[in-house]
Amino acid sequence: MIFIAPILQLLILPLAADYEVKNINISIVDHDHSTYSQQLISKITASGYFQLADYGNSFQQALEQIEKDKSDIILEIPDRFEENLIRENANELFIAVNAINGVKASLGGVYLNQIIAAYNNEIRLKWIQPPKYNTVPSIEITSSYWFNQLLNYHYFIVPGILVALVAMVGSYLCALNIVKEKEVGTIEQINVTPIKKYHFILGKLIPFWIIGMFVFSVGLFVVARFIYGIVPAGSLWVLYAFLSIFLIAILGLGLLISTFAETQQQAMSVAFFFIMIFMLMSGLFTSLDGMPRWAYIIARSNPVTYFIEVVRMVILKGSGFSDIKNHFLIMIGFAGLLNGLAIWNYRKTS
Amino acid sequence: MIKEVVIKTDKLTKRFGDFIATNEITFEVYAGEIFGFLGANGAGKTTAMKMLCGLSRPSSGNATIAGFDIYKQTEQIKRNIGYMSQKFSLYEDLTVLENIQFFGGIYGLSDKQLKKKSNELIDILGLQKESKKLVASLPLGWKQKLAFSVAVLHEPKIVFLDEPTGGVDPIIRRQFWDLIYQAADKGITIFVTTHYMDEAEYCNRISIMVDGVIEALDSPINLKQQFTTSTIDEVFYKLARRAKRTENLK
Repeated sequence: MIFIAPILQLLILPLAADYEVKNINISIVDHDHSTYSQQLISKITASGYFQLADYGNSFQQALEQIEKDKSDIILEIPDRFEENLIRENANELFIAVNAINGVKASLGGVYLNQIIAAYNNEIRLKWIQPPKYNTVPSIEITSSYWFNQLLNYHYFIVPGILVALVAMVGSYLCALNIVKEKEVGTIEQINVTPIKKYHFILGKLIPFWIIGMFVFSVGLFVVARFIYGIVPAGSLWVLYAFLSIFLIAILGLGLLISTFAETQQQAMSVAFFFIMIFMLMSGLFTSLDGMPRWAYIIARSNPVTYFIEVVRMVILKGSGFSDIKNHFLIMIGFAGLLNGLAIWNYRKTS
Repeated sequence: MIKEVVIKTDKLTKRFGDFIATNEITFEVYAGEIFGFLGANGAGKTTAMKMLCGLSRPSSGNATIAGFDIYKQTEQIKRNIGYMSQKFSLYEDLTVLENIQFFGGIYGLSDKQLKKKSNELIDILGLQKESKKLVASLPLGWKQKLAFSVAVLHEPKIVFLDEPTGGVDPIIRRQFWDLIYQAADKGITIFVTTHYMDEAEYCNRISIMVDGVIEALDSPINLKQQFTTSTIDEVFYKLARRAKRTENLK
């Protein structure tokens, strides 16, 4: 169970947690029914992003489709689209977007604009003889994407999700395990022995540390590699060195929770609180730079944030130790702080 | 003959807010004796015992256990005592043998000692067939006997037993007391709480706690004379009736 659940999550979550918007339902209102309008429509449907939900000649009807949530976007092609385009060299198209799902709407609008612009260029090229000299100087921008050339979203999200899962396994299991001993009463039997605090805590940390290492390795070498084709560009030594410190920090959090909680329910709800923050305020899904100041500060005090950055830097960019030296120092700080607090708060005598 | 004192308390008190769980208890326990610590539910027995074991810090008063100070030398105390709580508290998800080895290991027994001890223990308890079984699968009576044996595995000076025979049938209780006598013969001081008055009669001396205070302390024979009754049961009843507390506080 400990191993299967995170691996399953790693298989499923990245497929769903994807920014790329596909299958946008489009309603096209065509008042023109010309060759050009047909060409434009086939361009749109062939792009792969849009699905033709409805094709008709009434805007009202298309709007109904949006109201019924069957369609996300309307493209209205005016009457005499072809005629005016040829005669006056210009024409206007109308796009209406259902903005309930903001991401889908804005991306859909952008995609559609791009397709129309590309189509526009195509027909202009057909008509206009290119002049011998470029009369209007123009700057053309071409971008090249480094470290993830194909902008494959999985490269970005899979390592991040793996980190979040390891954090979850570590903090949850560790906290629950000790609180269970409180509930069953075995901890009292331990507290009455001359065992040293640090012996007890090490005895609790080491097994979960190994479990965390194992889960991460399976995720990285099996799931990420074979399912998503992610091969780390950087040094595995650096990655694992960081992982081992990260695990100590996160297990320290689990320990700390367990020293406060009396029952497994308490431990669960506190751990869940932290897991939510870990997931949503770590730059896993959203960029840290886009956060308001206060949220940025919280995200910067979240150990998971640093490990997600490191994982992405090492796996995608191939960053070495010197690039993430600060991250190392900060993570050692977290590990020391959390475990220190846990040991300080763990009392054999009440 | 001068008796060696192994537990000595002086006005030992534990308060939880306004509530005084144990109120200035003062007594001595001698080496090698079986000391019965009696009292109704909520009288403060478990609280007192937890303070003596170093699980709970006293609010005031002093005590020495096996010659060690209860405030400053809790770790030395822990090396010299065994403890068996009300709740069964060996690891149910470990086997009999694993539990013995785990707790023996904590007390620093060597592998050789451990092997010898665990074989002896399993023989005495007749658990040869069960030694590789999970403790969870044993009946309660067997678990209690095992817990006691584990508590005295490291041959402590004193062993504290908190209602060790609760919920156990009479035959097992008898066997349990045989184990207690065997331990006492080895020189281990037994400090035991119980609700069974017949068990109280087995003790060398008993104390009876009422509302956080020790109301009586003597040998069972002397107590019966003092209260002019024929059984400890009646002594207990006469004293416990004075109690004003009713809630079951631990």
